[in-house]
Amino acid sequence: MELDVVELSRLQFAMTALYHFLFVPLTLGLSILVAIMETVYVMTGRPIWRQMTKFWGTLFGINFVLGVATGITMEFQFGMNWSYYSHYVGDIFGAPLAVEGLMAFFLEATFVGLFFFGWDKLSRVAHCIVAWLVAIGSNFSALWILIANGWMVNPVGAEFNPETMRMEMTNFFDVVFNEVAQAKFVHTVSAGYITASIFVLGVSAWYMLKGRHVELARRSISVAASFGLAASLSVVVLGDESGYSASHTQKMKLAAIEAMWETEPAPAHFTLIGFPDQEARETHYAVHIPWVMGLIGTRSLTQEIPGIAELVEESEARIRSGMLAYDDLMTIREQRDATPEAVRASFEARSSDLGYAMLLKRYVDDPREATEEQIKMAADDTVPGVAPLFWSFRIMVGLGFSFIALTGLFFVLSNFRRGDYPRWALTLAVAWIPLPWIAAEMGWIVAEYGRQPWTVDGILPTALSASHLSVGDLLFTLAGFALFYTVLFIVEMGLMLKYIRKGPQEDVEETETWMQRHEHRLRTHDGKGPFADVPAE
Amino acid sequence: MILHDLISFEVLRLIWWVLLGVLLIGFALTDGFDMGVGALLPFVGQTDVERRVVINTIGPVWEGNQVWFILGGGAIFAAWPPLYAVSFSGFYLAMFAILAALILRPVGFKYRSKRDSAKWRSSWDWALFVGGAAPALLFGVAVGNVLLGVPFHLTEDLMPMYDGTFYGKFLGLLRPFALLCGVVSLSMLIMHGAAWLSVKTKGMVAFRAQRIGTVAGMIAAAGYALAGLWLAFGIDGFHITSEIVTDGPSNPLFKEVLHEGSWLIAYTERPWILIAPILGFVGIFMAVRGLREGFEVSTFLWSKLAILGVISSVGLTMFPFILPSTVDPRSSLTVWDSSSSHLTLFVMLVATVIFLPIILAYTAWVYKVLWGKVTEDDVNRSHSAY
Repeated sequence: MELDVVELSRLQFAMTALYHFLFVPLTLGLSILVAIMETVYVMTGRPIWRQMTKFWGTLFGINFVLGVATGITMEFQFGMNWSYYSHYVGDIFGAPLAVEGLMAFFLEATFVGLFFFGWDKLSRVAHCIVAWLVAIGSNFSALWILIANGWMVNPVGAEFNPETMRMEMTNFFDVVFNEVAQAKFVHTVSAGYITASIFVLGVSAWYMLKGRHVELARRSISVAASFGLAASLSVVVLGDESGYSASHTQKMKLAAIEAMWETEPAPAHFTLIGFPDQEARETHYAVHIPWVMGLIGTRSLTQEIPGIAELVEESEARIRSGMLAYDDLMTIREQRDATPEAVRASFEARSSDLGYAMLLKRYVDDPREATEEQIKMAADDTVPGVAPLFWSFRIMVGLGFSFIALTGLFFVLSNFRRGDYPRWALTLAVAWIPLPWIAAEMGWIVAEYGRQPWTVDGILPTALSASHLSVGDLLFTLAGFALFYTVLFIVEMGLMLKYIRKGPQEDVEETETWMQRHEHRLRTHDGKGPFADVPAE
Repeated sequence: MILHDLISFEVLRLIWWVLLGVLLIGFALTDGFDMGVGALLPFVGQTDVERRVVINTIGPVWEGNQVWFILGGGAIFAAWPPLYAVSFSGFYLAMFAILAALILRPVGFKYRSKRDSAKWRSSWDWALFVGGAAPALLFGVAVGNVLLGVPFHLTEDLMPMYDGTFYGKFLGLLRPFALLCGVVSLSMLIMHGAAWLSVKTKGMVAFRAQRIGTVAGMIAAAGYALAGLWLAFGIDGFHITSEIVTDGPSNPLFKEVLHEGSWLIAYTERPWILIAPILGFVGIFMAVRGLREGFEVSTFLWSKLAILGVISSVGLTMFPFILPSTVDPRSSLTVWDSSSSHLTLFVMLVATVIFLPIILAYTAWVYKVLWGKVTEDDVNRSHSAY
């Protein structure tokens, strides 16, 4: 990999996006968990639930602020680093980003201040509604961002306009109800719910191991375990849905994830593990499970899933067709209104392949003059790096199943053996805290790295999308972001750990008094569930 | 879908030009006082408690205010993609500086008072100062550069390219006129922040804010007048020389542009736009008077009107230009050739008409709930205060 502007821009985008996504999943999930806790408080009037709301709310706040701060970078980086991309697809891609601001981000950001500052200024119910508005805002935010992101993978509802040299929207509803976007949304927010659940589970388990704040920890575990289990099941099911939709919208990504070099007779086998070798186009030491891939990908026993070699041949054909489209485009540009109808018709018939001709721009200024060798190289470029995808996908899925096991374990323990968590289970929960983040980051690598060499699949190559900047500009900002983000990360982790160690600070006396008053009932409660044990105040 | 034909392309472009102004002004009115307060923080607050009072006047609202900036970015992306593409990559290093400052700010608010160490707190105070003052200055510098024109051109593929050696290099943006605009912007927002503090605080903090705000307002008025004279006598404007097609495709290269004559010719062609600079001067004058006399709410309202007048005067003067190019005037972006498609503008308008009133309603409600002065007592008593 040489350090040109495109590669550096990719590196910077990947770095800032992955960093941003360290904070987003916890925001998505914890906002809901906090709102659930406050709802229990409003319904039962028990001070411990208010204490829980405030305690987890404090941690939520520390995390939220960095999510917001690093999100600013994301909103502007398209224009800063990907100016041709912004011009080429802004007509479609910009809309969901703007709607996100209007509908979601304003909501969460306006009410999050009131959540922290409004305890004495609002009624219980009003404050609880504010907590839910923050949660809803955060989650809607994810919806619109993933609609934008989903469009990059499956660019529906748009067509190329030769006069403005860009893609333009033809149907807004196609963009919004893009199947890829919808599957991505549920998959991603579920991942956020898991992250928050395992965070709450792990921190509470640590308190139980230390014998501190046991009542708070016990209740937090029971909420987090059930919410987390539901989310883990959803993330796997929706991951499967993504796989199914990938089999007809992102064939190359699917083939690369599976390191499926050649098309196999249906139903294809699933490669559990192995060592993909991109040069030789084969996978060493592969362990296969028959039929499984065919079932996940096509939900049938007879449909074939195309392999990499076949897809490269398809790409080559589309490059050749795109070269003809490019020729027509040049005629239209020269003759404008005088362009013969036949040329326009011929362009429209092939305009969906225009992006493939653009792949040649990496090698030659005018795609019409490409040599046979350049066409072959461009076709080979359509294969993303197989090994990174193969591995990040398997790590993500493996972790996903481990989350089902962990949340399931605590769900069973909290419901059937209330209050009696074995130490090994608690230790396991503490150890598991960082893993949802790793799974989430792997997920983004699969999604974004797997879309290469395109920024918008089949429409615009990454190599063409970047801004006209110098390597020096990029090195400067890349170093700046790296340094700045590292400092912020250290500060954030420091504060997180400090506030976790301190434990709940507010409503301590009130909660203690209430605890003592109901001590007898608390000690003898008998597994009727956390919401039914003690009378309200 | 034929619904979008209900409103013509030309009218939609005009509406979105106005909405672009609404968003930028909304940003300056709301986040503007946050930036002003940040710039004032080390000076109006001498003790830790005083500084906490200052921070807590904006503590609950800065997050919402900052969304105007994010939304501004999103709306420019959606409604004016070429503007988004050319300006943010052209002002690359300045944008990076603004982002860094804006990232420092939220972190500073949230984290400053989470540790007791005096060193920790004073470091964050200066971070908040930079986070407020730097963007306030840089936004003005950017506006100055837009009025001067920017050295970019578009290729036949409409790819933005930057010419000259200074482009993208931060120092090149700091031309004298642009710096003057930066000073106007910074001093105006300091005045705005001072007006906010005189509403939300009392005692010494309010007193110091009013004193500094008065000076800042005077500087803003003088700078604004000087910039007007400079535009009249020292800076060439841009004018479209070919036939203006208001509903044509968004391709800037389809027109001819001349880079000569004054921007201020607009005031002879459309005399009614004089109302904007007049509002700017009157607003600043009344805000300064309010700060001197110790008026509270009315001062803040006049300060808002001043910002409205000053920012809209820039837009109205340049119309229909949005981002002129010095090296290839033909590439200049105007209202008529750098918008999104007819359909996208319509869809975005529908979304805005639905959501903007809702946003304004709940923002107003939040400010109402938080109404009242922030005192040292509040800060010491509350656990949730910053």
